[in-house]
Amino acid sequence: MTAVASVNDAAKAFARPGNVSRMKVLLGIGGSDDSLDALERTVERAVEAGDVLTVAVLDNPESERDAETVIEHATDVLEDADLDADVRHLTGDPGSELVHLAESEGFDQVVLGGGERSPMGKIRLGPIAEFVLLNSHVTVTLVR
Amino acid sequence: MTGESQSDGVPAEPFPVPPVSFTDAEDRDLVARRFDSADEDAVAALVSMYEDFDPGMRAQGIPPVGEDRIRSWLSTLLESDGYNVVVWDDDRAVGHATLVPDGEDQFELAIFVHQDYQGSGVGTRLICTLLGYGAVEGVGHVWLTVERWNNAAVALYEKVGFETTNAESFELEMERDLSTADVQTESTG
Repeated sequence: MTAVASVNDAAKAFARPGNVSRMKVLLGIGGSDDSLDALERTVERAVEAGDVLTVAVLDNPESERDAETVIEHATDVLEDADLDADVRHLTGDPGSELVHLAESEGFDQVVLGGGERSPMGKIRLGPIAEFVLLNSHVTVTLVR
Repeated sequence: MTGESQSDGVPAEPFPVPPVSFTDAEDRDLVARRFDSADEDAVAALVSMYEDFDPGMRAQGIPPVGEDRIRSWLSTLLESDGYNVVVWDDDRAVGHATLVPDGEDQFELAIFVHQDYQGSGVGTRLICTLLGYGAVEGVGHVWLTVERWNNAAVALYEKVGFETTNAESFELEMERDLSTADVQTESTG
């Protein structure tokens, strides 16, 4: 190495061992705003990096949008981005189903929304994110 | 709840109404005032306090870092129909407490005290003054979240009458009903 590598290069090298650029990414979303933001950003990154993306739509009783609405929205976002990705509806306990899927199907990374904001701007993680963070053996990314 | 046996000797109720002049445990003469968000110098002083805020004392992502983000965050607090009290050491802002409406007739509370002024009774004076201000303005239900390992903050909230309503996640949720609060209406400032 002859030049000083930038932090960005270092981050890329870390994320792409052995020059394998694409990752197998599992995005878990419910119907909250931070989930929809995570969808946009993860699809954007997947297009750039060539990630193999699976979108798991979770039943989040705390969210205002139901799973069908979220599935339709995710399908639209993927079509707009011209990205081919599986969209699956995970029923049952959302946190444990997501962790189980990530580990049983060999995903490299789980991606979730970064939490809702309180009226004063405090970040609040929901119970699904807390469960996944504490239980997943796969790297977890929270989108902020 | 009365506050006679508190560690810093500052009684909780009756809650005072701003302005409140007091001397802290380090003999500094301070005053807690309603915050005037139209006063640009005051806003600049508050931004300075947050720019200098110890990053290790942040709570759930606030205050944010950097002047632009701090100003943007503060504008949501100051432009809401909420209530803000700031503690001043001369023209230096050293503490800020706020009640922000949540859109459901309730208010979210937060308090920030600059690291140079912690542990000297400023936090207790500040939160009591904010609660007195809120109570006379007709604020009823107040809630907050606090990281569960933040024992000093939890103790302060309990001291002024907050009770834990949800302890099942990373953050505790606490609340208190201000309509039953004992308020000292005579100003001490």
